Amino acid sequence: MDKEEVKKLVYALVEQSTGKKKLKSSDIVKKIAADHDGVEKDDVKAALRDLVDAGTLIYTYFGGSFIEIPPKE
Amino acid sequence: MSKKHQTPLLDELKKGAFPSFVTEIEKAAVHSDMSADLLGQVELSYREKVTHWKHGGIVGVRGYGGGVIGRYSDIPDKFPSVAHFHTVRINSPSGFYYKADSLKEICDLWDKYGSGLTNVHGSTGDLVMLGCRTEVLEPFFAEITSRGWDLGGSGSAMRTPSCCLGQSRCEWANIDTMGITNDITQHYQDEMHRPAFPYKFKFKAAGCPVDCIASIARADMSIIGTWKGDIQINQAEVKNYAAKMDIQKEVIDMCPTECMAWDGKELKINNEECNRCMHCIARLTKALRPGKEKGATLLLGSKAPIVTGALMSWVIVPFIKMEPPYEEFYELIDKIWEWWDENGKNRERIGELIERTGFPRFLKEVGLTPSAAMVKVPRRDPFFFWSEEDVQK
Repeated sequence: MDKEEVKKLVYALVEQSTGKKKLKSSDIVKKIAADHDGVEKDDVKAALRDLVDAGTLIYTYFGGSFIEIPPKE
Repeated sequence: MSKKHQTPLLDELKKGAFPSFVTEIEKAAVHSDMSADLLGQVELSYREKVTHWKHGGIVGVRGYGGGVIGRYSDIPDKFPSVAHFHTVRINSPSGFYYKADSLKEICDLWDKYGSGLTNVHGSTGDLVMLGCRTEVLEPFFAEITSRGWDLGGSGSAMRTPSCCLGQSRCEWANIDTMGITNDITQHYQDEMHRPAFPYKFKFKAAGCPVDCIASIARADMSIIGTWKGDIQINQAEVKNYAAKMDIQKEVIDMCPTECMAWDGKELKINNEECNRCMHCIARLTKALRPGKEKGATLLLGSKAPIVTGALMSWVIVPFIKMEPPYEEFYELIDKIWEWWDENGKNRERIGELIERTGFPRFLKEVGLTPSAAMVKVPRRDPFFFWSEEDVQK
């Protein structure tokens, strides 16, 4: 699976969880690597990194660090 | 100049012989409305015995998940200048050495972007810049990085590593603490800036078992310089010390493992019993030196009381060579983090995880060989549970 597809999976997972459960970076990495054959943890980490660098996802802190979709301005 | 807010309770804290943070904030308040409102809000908290800070949230700089600690006033209408009062952590250099120009530079920048108040250093070791608004975070970050500074760690990430001043000024340093600290910082940039752990993880490196940086109590991973082999003795210097001090009383009788003997002519050490407390070396500086083979003891697990009680680190590797490129060390750290990642709960420190799951399981799954040096409290637990594998042997 190429990186762009992994990025879509990561974003979709965070979007589905919004308002239900805050996801840690490791939750995302484990879940996507477990659910998709051929996707390694390092692939998910790289996709996550790109999404955060682009500002598509952000880190938040609520007693621990989480990955979330940025609030709409 | 009249004060913006009357602060009778805080004024009490200006009395006495010691420097007062209130006095310093008042000085800053002359030119910073943020500091003036800070005094007002803190006074109110003292009066009501309740904090008016809200913590956390979404503040940060793009790409980084750490280095900024969001803080907001819960009464912004009363104190608008501290409606946002975020903390920015700046990665400190190894050994906390600065040129005067560097400190002036960072202070000038903070006068420009923030409240002008700093805390040097925070307990983790960062330069702590106290109080700024959300909109200045990106410009401040851009300016400090263009001048060679970087943010430190915060949140569920590796925190800014710190160390004693090591071989730069201390004759007892068995390892290059400053080199190790810098190497860890560079090696684990992602782990520091992109929080991916169950909770925080701190490294501290001490050059010898005196542990001036108190790594054994303050770091999840303490790297403490030590030696192999016999303590080197210069008997002629021992005799010189004997002429001016009571070696029996001040050294021999103070040895915690009673491994030393002095007959008035010769000092003897049973090195197998030495627990590296450093007392004799510190008292007989010219006469005793650590053994020739240098390395470090790695300890794991200490933490302050947040969430659950305080823990002290315990030995996981009695002796490891700590020389660049530190391959064996990094290999072990990666395994420990992987195990923590697989098994740790949210906000569970590595020491707490080991306490919950058991030290034998940790050793087995990380691939460390048990040794007597790892026993933290001898005979604390009278029960030993054999595993099925042990019984089959």
